[in-house]
Amino acid sequence: MITYWFALVVLCWVLFFVLEGFDFGVGLLAPLLGRDDHERGAIIRTVGPFWDGNEVWLVAAIGVTFAAFPDWYAALLSGLYLPMVAVLLLLAVRGVALEFRGKADGARWRRGWDAALAVSSAGIVLLWGAVLAALTHGLALGADGQVTGAGLARSLGPLGTPAAGLGALTALLAAVLLGATFLSLRTTGPVRRRAQRLAAALGTGGAVGLLAVAVGTGSRVLLAGAALSVGIGMLARYGREAVAFAGAALGVAGAVIAVFTAHGAVVLRSTLDPAWSLTMTGAASSASALRLLTVVGVIVLPGVLVYQGFSYWIFRRRVASERIPS
Amino acid sequence: MDVLDLTRLQFAVVTIYHYFFVPLSISLAAVTAGLEIAWLRTRQERFLHLTKFVGKLLMITFAVGVVTGLVQEFQFGLGWSRFATFYGDVFGPTLAIEGMLAFFLEATFLALWYFGWERLPRLLHAATIVIVAVGTVLSAFIILAANSFMQNPVAYALDPATGRARLTSFTDLLLNKVNLAAFPHTLSGAVMVGGALLLAIGAWRLKAEPGFGTLAKLGAWLTVAGGACTAITGDHLGKVITQVQPMKMAAAEALYTTTTGAPFSVFALGDVSGGKPFFSIELPWLLSILAKGSPTATVQGIDDLQAQYVAQYGPGSYIPMVPVAFWTFRLMIGIGMLAMLAAAYYLWSTRKGRKPHRWLMRWLPLIPLLPAAANTLGWIFTETARQPWLAFGLTKVADGLSPGLTASEVLASLLGFAVIYGVLAVVWLRLVRHISRQPLAPLPAAAPATELAPAY
Repeated sequence: MITYWFALVVLCWVLFFVLEGFDFGVGLLAPLLGRDDHERGAIIRTVGPFWDGNEVWLVAAIGVTFAAFPDWYAALLSGLYLPMVAVLLLLAVRGVALEFRGKADGARWRRGWDAALAVSSAGIVLLWGAVLAALTHGLALGADGQVTGAGLARSLGPLGTPAAGLGALTALLAAVLLGATFLSLRTTGPVRRRAQRLAAALGTGGAVGLLAVAVGTGSRVLLAGAALSVGIGMLARYGREAVAFAGAALGVAGAVIAVFTAHGAVVLRSTLDPAWSLTMTGAASSASALRLLTVVGVIVLPGVLVYQGFSYWIFRRRVASERIPS
Repeated sequence: MDVLDLTRLQFAVVTIYHYFFVPLSISLAAVTAGLEIAWLRTRQERFLHLTKFVGKLLMITFAVGVVTGLVQEFQFGLGWSRFATFYGDVFGPTLAIEGMLAFFLEATFLALWYFGWERLPRLLHAATIVIVAVGTVLSAFIILAANSFMQNPVAYALDPATGRARLTSFTDLLLNKVNLAAFPHTLSGAVMVGGALLLAIGAWRLKAEPGFGTLAKLGAWLTVAGGACTAITGDHLGKVITQVQPMKMAAAEALYTTTTGAPFSVFALGDVSGGKPFFSIELPWLLSILAKGSPTATVQGIDDLQAQYVAQYGPGSYIPMVPVAFWTFRLMIGIGMLAMLAAAYYLWSTRKGRKPHRWLMRWLPLIPLLPAAANTLGWIFTETARQPWLAFGLTKVADGLSPGLTASEVLASLLGFAVIYGVLAVVWLRLVRHISRQPLAPLPAAAPATELAPAY
């Protein structure tokens, strides 16, 4: 029962990172791949009907984490207080940037929101990358499952490590790759060509980087990652965009699963004393709460997937980025 | 201010702010759905124009509601991790189920509605906005169940080994009698504020375009009907709260000594916290009627309740801030009534095509401030007059705080929220003004061919 719930929590987080991951990527690519207001509008329109539904996976993920593993939720959020507040504030800016952009006229108005969208998207991705890396390392959990410390450094400290920096960079590249493959799949015209080229360059570049680390550490996982990365790039370049996007999504999903299962039954590692680490069973809710969640999850979540799928199907047409000559 | 006060202040600020947008989203979603159904049934173009107009207001309001609501989902872990740990078993499922059941519906179908004008058959298109409206109401019900657990903890058992609460029945949690009373009261308040916004825009734009008259009239009716329902449901809620939290109602009247046939003071000057105000307009028996439904009923006073709680829960003060409770309660009622009267007066003065006074039209654009203020005052009353409890009789606010949290962290986050939320409010207001200035019916010559396509 508890393992099943852990799997469901991870599934929600995976869906959030994959789905919102591509719209983060699209957001930060809008001013880079869109040369003018029209092209930027087309780029943002590719995620217009989806981003909000994608973001609700974060609500579901954090809600399910709270309901099924209250201690985990409590330790995670209070221990990473400031990074999580920063994520929430940037998400606020990003959400209104997407919604407000088209609701008033004026090139200046839209340029402003495009910039806000790109900066907030990039910031959120960097923060999540650093947070996931920090979680793999663990937090300074005390005996009561809480992180203690002084001042701002208490919750900002875990993000100040080289590993967190690397995590942030990896997340940024992954989001850009996801966004580029998504845009090449969902647009026509110049934006599609530019997105294809970017995906190819990024896929190859990422493969070289992963290969270098893989040779250095002898890691087979990274070797597979390098192969995936170059494959995604090539597929996007030669018009197999759906497969390329699926490959990028698979890579992100794999990475997120790896982070969540890095320590087996320990959901949050204590860097101070292994005995203070939070385990799956230690953090879980009572059987009655889990039973309730099971009923709701089994009935509701497949329904959500169906109607979100319906929404993707309704808006499946590519968005034209070329100008129609008048 | 220490870390506890700062965290409380932050919770108050982000929650009150969020609640400016929630009631608007609830009522605007229902109005948009109603207007689209009216258009489908009558095929009158004016209903289509109004549907799109109100829908645009809904989109920008919903966006701010979403991003500020996300914060609520995290707050319990960020600042109140001990509460999350000890009561997460009961409290957590409400948030999770609200997200899975309602939030997904709202977000997905609102996008389908907005972008789907040309892609979906008409009936299906109307169905999407009806689903959104149902989703908002469902959200309100489940989230109010979570709040009702804090007002009147039910459906739990304390684990003797860990001291933590365990959920016993989710149905009982949802059907908390406080929730059953608070839900209709909250919805009525939401109808009022949405109605008042439409009345304000309609009145403001009436001169420029007669089509806005329908909007103003609709808004005025909603404000009046919402106001009447708010009063009726509020009366019931007051009686339920008197049962579960007698201290809250005693503080609302600043009633220190237990009184039979207690009066209700409409207005008071001077000290209401302990001393006797030197001037007060009192309506005889009214408090007894409001609290217990009978003019001769006995209403418990603050001093007796304090002594009773000390015996029951141990030493300490169980008295909330009485002046805050006293004034928020009165102002909530007074300001809400004023909004209802103003809307009713608008309906009266425009009956059978009459022209309203110019001064009325000048002041009506400000009318949304009244129900918005009344809603806010109602929540401030509900939450502050429960103090010192976080969940009544179960755990105090001071015991819910995240143990490791530092004051500088909360100060930094509070500043962040203040700046970003402040900017959002200004931009939202500017957008509402901008959208309101657009003509309802697109001008034939200027209408572009892709008028139906959403602008992005």
